[in-house]
Amino acid sequence: MRATAQTVISAPIETVWSFVSDPEQALSFMSGVTRWEVESEQPDGLGARYRMLLRVGSAEVGGLIEVVEWEPPRELAWTSITGVDQRGRWRLRPISEGRTRVEIRLAAGVAGSGLAGWLAERIAQPAISSHLRSTVAQLARLVEHERMREQAAQRRAARTGR
Amino acid sequence: MADTGIAGRPDTNGHVAADAPSAESAPRLSLLGRTLRQVAGQVQRRVPRADLDERDPDFIRERLPLMWLAASVWYRGEVRGLGNIPDSGPVLMVGNHSGGNMTPDTLVFTLAFNTYFGVERAFYQLAHNLVLSMPGLGSLRRFGTVAASPGNARKALQSGAALLVYPGGDYEVHRPFWQRNTVDFDGRKGFIRLALQENVPIVPVVSIGGHETALFLSRGEGLARLLALDRMFRLKVLPISLALPWGVNVGDMLGHIPLPAKITIETLPAIDLKAEFGPEPDLDEVYDRLMRLMQDTLDALAAERRLPVLG
Repeated sequence: MRATAQTVISAPIETVWSFVSDPEQALSFMSGVTRWEVESEQPDGLGARYRMLLRVGSAEVGGLIEVVEWEPPRELAWTSITGVDQRGRWRLRPISEGRTRVEIRLAAGVAGSGLAGWLAERIAQPAISSHLRSTVAQLARLVEHERMREQAAQRRAARTGR
Repeated sequence: MADTGIAGRPDTNGHVAADAPSAESAPRLSLLGRTLRQVAGQVQRRVPRADLDERDPDFIRERLPLMWLAASVWYRGEVRGLGNIPDSGPVLMVGNHSGGNMTPDTLVFTLAFNTYFGVERAFYQLAHNLVLSMPGLGSLRRFGTVAASPGNARKALQSGAALLVYPGGDYEVHRPFWQRNTVDFDGRKGFIRLALQENVPIVPVVSIGGHETALFLSRGEGLARLLALDRMFRLKVLPISLALPWGVNVGDMLGHIPLPAKITIETLPAIDLKAEFGPEPDLDEVYDRLMRLMQDTLDALAAERRLPVLG
């Protein structure tokens, strides 16, 4: 099963990166995710481990994952240690001043589960795709909102400073 | 499957020959009696020796997609409150269950537990001897299902595993449909004694919907007594229901095709018996409180439901 979603966010790539790379923020924009806990000493970076769960159908699936690619502010990829087999990636690219293209990808399944596994993946695919679409939409809202507040704060500071 | 609870019976595990009726006690039923006794002997031999090592995480992992299909597509299962189960260490999960020998609640909950905590966490379920000795159901042992006995339960908890028991056993799963939203453990309190002895928390697991998978009419207790099934198979019931594809279904030994009723399961906060009921808890008090708690939860779940089967 593979799913992907992308969007363009009106914010600099560094700002978007600060959200997608922060495990504390995951629950606030990742749709369907019920758990995203730091399981390693380091909260982020290469080798950071998280325990995550995503609600799909009647179960919460996921497990322990590890960050295997960490290239700020462009690439963040993880792979599963336990639980369902999965590989996920955040891919960020600047497209113009203050605009960033954001893509999330997820490939998941259970090796060796045969025909039932194939069927389950086919049936779960639309639900996971829709989770990813909501995730990038919520991320865009969160980042842009945060950016608007920052800009407003700067304007306020400039006014009171005068 | 008809999981049975631990009712404080002697630890026979079904290996010691059950006290079969003596030959002279049933002269009229001699042929039937002999046949039944022979089957009983076969069953006793087939009851697998309880071996916790039979549980196979890879096997479970590979079957999760199939279970997910059944739980999500057929039963539209919904499991709440899994976070109430302590993240590690031994725990006794006590559930009500429904739906005759198919008990869809067990399927939905087993899937939810295995995906939530991962197949790496040791998790055992107690089941009736007959379930485990049924041809074709041997693979259940690889899921961590062991024959219900106080000895097996203790062994599982001492190994640090999570254990799921259904004290209501065959008595509960075959209750008539007008009691579908009733928790009925038949007064069995062995699980409380077990939790106290092993000093483990109890997590109540309340489930609704399983009893809408067929039309359950009667436990057929009188019939079971008449055929001496209770003494030979530990079966107190010979249930009668209307179920697919049989129509009238007596015994439910071959199972049936369950209707796709929506299953909702609520996991309640863990109860530390000694913290809640003092250092020497009274079994009856604990039992009554637990029954009240589970029944109240089931009533709330029942109030949520709008239509039978559809949920």
